[in-house]
Amino acid sequence: MPPSKLDLLQGTLDLMVLQTLTAMGSLHGYGIARRIEQVSGNQVLLNQGTIYASLVRLEQRGWIKSEWGTSGNNRKAKFYSITKAGRRQLAADARHWERLTGVMDRVFGMGKDADEVLGESENPA
Amino acid sequence: MSRLRHTTGRLRAFFTRRQLDTDLDAELTAHIDLAVDEYIERGMTPEQARRRAMLDFGGMQQAREQHREARGLMSLDILLQDLKYTLRTLGRDPGFTAVAVLILALAIGANIAVFSVVNTLMLRPLPFQNAQQLLWIAPPPTKCGLSCATYSTDAYDEFRAGSRSYQDVTGYFAFSSSDNLSLKLGSAPITATSIDVIANFFQMLGVQPAMGRTFTADDARNGAAPVILLSDPWWRRQFNADPNIVGKTFDMNGHQTTVIGVLPASFDFGAVFAPGTKVDAITPLNLYGPPRDWGNIITMIGRLKPGVSLAQAREDADRVAPNMCWNNKRPGSCGSYARHNDTGGVVPVPLKDYVSGKLRRSLVVLWSAVGAILLIACVNLSNLLLARSAARSKEFAMRGALGASRGRIVRQLLTESLVLSGAGALLGILLAVTLISWLAHQGAIALPLLSTLRFDGASLGWTVLIAVSAAVLFGLMPGLRMAGGNLHETLKDTSAGSGQSRKHERTRSVLVVTEVALACMLLVGAGLLLRSFMHVLDVDLGFQPERAAAIKVEYDDNVPGDKNGDLSAQKRAVIFQQILARVSAIPGIEAAGFVDYLPLSQNRAWGLPFPKGVRRPDNINNGPLVYVVTQDYLHAMGSRLRGRDFAWSDGPHSQNVVLINDSYARFLAGYAHWPNNDAVGQIITNDPSDPKNDLRVIGVVDDVHEENVDGDAGWQIYYPATQASPSGAELVVRTTLPPATLGASVLRTLRDLNPKQPLAEFRPIQSLVDHANSPRRFFMLLVAAFAGLGLLLASLGIYGVISYTVTRQTSEIGIRMALGASAGLVQRQVLVGTLRLTLIGVVLGAAASLATAKLIASLLYATSPWDGVTYIAMALALLGVAAFSGYIPARRASRISPMVALRAN
Repeated sequence: MPPSKLDLLQGTLDLMVLQTLTAMGSLHGYGIARRIEQVSGNQVLLNQGTIYASLVRLEQRGWIKSEWGTSGNNRKAKFYSITKAGRRQLAADARHWERLTGVMDRVFGMGKDADEVLGESENPA
Repeated sequence: MSRLRHTTGRLRAFFTRRQLDTDLDAELTAHIDLAVDEYIERGMTPEQARRRAMLDFGGMQQAREQHREARGLMSLDILLQDLKYTLRTLGRDPGFTAVAVLILALAIGANIAVFSVVNTLMLRPLPFQNAQQLLWIAPPPTKCGLSCATYSTDAYDEFRAGSRSYQDVTGYFAFSSSDNLSLKLGSAPITATSIDVIANFFQMLGVQPAMGRTFTADDARNGAAPVILLSDPWWRRQFNADPNIVGKTFDMNGHQTTVIGVLPASFDFGAVFAPGTKVDAITPLNLYGPPRDWGNIITMIGRLKPGVSLAQAREDADRVAPNMCWNNKRPGSCGSYARHNDTGGVVPVPLKDYVSGKLRRSLVVLWSAVGAILLIACVNLSNLLLARSAARSKEFAMRGALGASRGRIVRQLLTESLVLSGAGALLGILLAVTLISWLAHQGAIALPLLSTLRFDGASLGWTVLIAVSAAVLFGLMPGLRMAGGNLHETLKDTSAGSGQSRKHERTRSVLVVTEVALACMLLVGAGLLLRSFMHVLDVDLGFQPERAAAIKVEYDDNVPGDKNGDLSAQKRAVIFQQILARVSAIPGIEAAGFVDYLPLSQNRAWGLPFPKGVRRPDNINNGPLVYVVTQDYLHAMGSRLRGRDFAWSDGPHSQNVVLINDSYARFLAGYAHWPNNDAVGQIITNDPSDPKNDLRVIGVVDDVHEENVDGDAGWQIYYPATQASPSGAELVVRTTLPPATLGASVLRTLRDLNPKQPLAEFRPIQSLVDHANSPRRFFMLLVAAFAGLGLLLASLGIYGVISYTVTRQTSEIGIRMALGASAGLVQRQVLVGTLRLTLIGVVLGAAASLATAKLIASLLYATSPWDGVTYIAMALALLGVAAFSGYIPARRASRISPMVALRAN
């Protein structure tokens, strides 16, 4: 039984989209969805359709821009690319994630160093 | 910043919905195609590839919904959906919609109109700069009217110099009569009305002229060239809005007068200071010329300094009052303005209060009446919506079963109410604007500021407020009832008589009872006002206004070299006698006489003649109203007289005679000790030291209502025109034919005798009485109209409810008739049910009326607010109307064929 896929929160999907666009350059909606699936090693529960809500949100905020173009096999599709504001937002969000994961690590590591922490606090020093 | 972009993006997305939807569809199609391509490359068949692609994609519609949710304003979308649905459902039932919108339009329209009236008369500040600083300075109102509310030049000077609270004090001459300006443009002089004001009048009020300039102190000096300011309406009407009018001179009252400016259209002297009259022009008052000796002639208006309160101004006035002298040349007259035991005194009140304070009560009653109408309309609509929702209960149950939350359904129903209310409000605005513009042009109603009535921003705001409140009021209850229903029961076929409908029945009955109670209160109020008005019409005015008319007469009694007025008096006597003889000879004229002040218009007072030999008490400030009349005036007016009338033989060289009225005679008799307390034949005098000033009372006249119709008559004294000098001449005639038919002949006779006689208006005396009664009549008619409307709405409500009940009880009635009940019995039972409901409503309404009777008591004249006749009459009227409303459903019930009723369920 494969482990159940992780449900994605709205904000994290947005973040993934931004990162994908930064790494891959200009992509259409299908391409972004496939890429996220691949990178996450199929561990993410993603209805591909939900990406469009994410894309319109990011576009309204001015973090990505879009234009119609032709794909490799001559399909007409809407291509998205990240903007400068989007890059700034991505950087800020990435920093936020690092801080968050750092704190969560420490919180979950609390059990092992429990005595240490308590001991430290008891010393008046 | 991105949030702002986000919001604007969402708004934009809302408005470009369709385009965005098409784009999205194209994108989704492309997505699926790309996925299919990839799967085909991997080796799947096209069908397999497509199936896999769709699976991977997830729900197509869901993706669309999420996209829409993310991009647009969800609530706005839902609102639009509700709105479209509402319009569709309302459109499917045009009868209901029309009735509902009409009821709301009438109720909301009435409310808007009344609010505009209240706003104009009571709430809005006066149309002057910083109007809250303006004060009216006068003693509290007394029986002698404006005579006691005015001040002499010397008193005004002293007040202005001595007071510390005011930026400036101004005033106007209070004793002008109408048609006192004679403009000679062509052959016949044209009359107009002008008012004299003190030179600083316009500066103090902050009124800027539309053209030219206003007065300066120089315009009011002795010997200054006559100048005049035109009002905007007169400038347009008489001078054809001549843009070069400033600087032109005209012959006015015999003097070459220069027009120095035109007042703005927004300034209406009459609207604020003399309701019901039109003032055509304004002239400056020369305070230090002849008017200085005329006595109390100026009303005072002051503008407070910033930061000074009313209380401080009052104290200031109390301090200055004792220093004010009636005439500086007579030291004995100083201190007569100070307060004596609660009378007199110089009391500043806010100008707004003076102008419209008396109306406050009436306006409150009017506002309550129209609020009651709105409540009745809401109750009616609640009932209508309840009945309608009951028919749609299955629809709501289905929606609930499909997942609509209770809030969603309530929101839907509220949207319906708001749409109905909005449509009603739009139509109501139309009705109100029509009514308002009609009212604003009723110049004959003596209500202040009425001409400034208009539909403005405040009225619009009020419209929105009551439209929304009404929607919530009548929409919420049916909405909650509907949404709270038991889903299962409603989805199944319910038969009549289930618990749900019985609860509805009770709600409807309660609503109808409320309606009837409110209508009863309205009717009682209207009935009381009507009765009161009838009593006012019945008041013994002391004269007979029917078949009497007056016209202003120009005469010249000037005799050069006349030192003591005797020669003028003789000339005057000749002129008057001649006119009266010629006018009396006209067929249809029964009697004719002259007076200088007509009743119920201007008046003036001077002197306080006391019985000779009796010491005059100190504390009486005000004397009787003075009228200078000729022989036969009293006959022409229809006033009753005991003793004898003036005769032409009462000339300057015979004994001075006077007539006094009953009240004055009784007052004097209290001080003198005349035999039988009869004043006739007794001597009274203004000046005991000089026997030449003795006045013999030759008759006592019945009290005449001079100041107003519904108050007490004050003191009155009549001097003969042959011995005293009148302030003007109004020819009063009594006619056997209707007065209007004789106007032309009278005017012709006057012009024959004096070609300089202007084309004055031949006014029926009845119009003076009507004018005095006009505010009372106005309010009574409005309240009566509202009561009528309330009665109509209540009867519609009763009809609706009873009709609905009969429909619901069709099978029950059918059974009863099959079991032997006659058609008559069924009909009677329905009627009895109707009457029972109505009776409960009437009892409640009557009780509420009794409780709130105090509110209306001050508006009633000679009518008790607990007047039994009115209550019983209104109760019977309501019961009658209810019986009539219930009659049609009753007949329908009696016509039910038992077979048909039992079969159809």
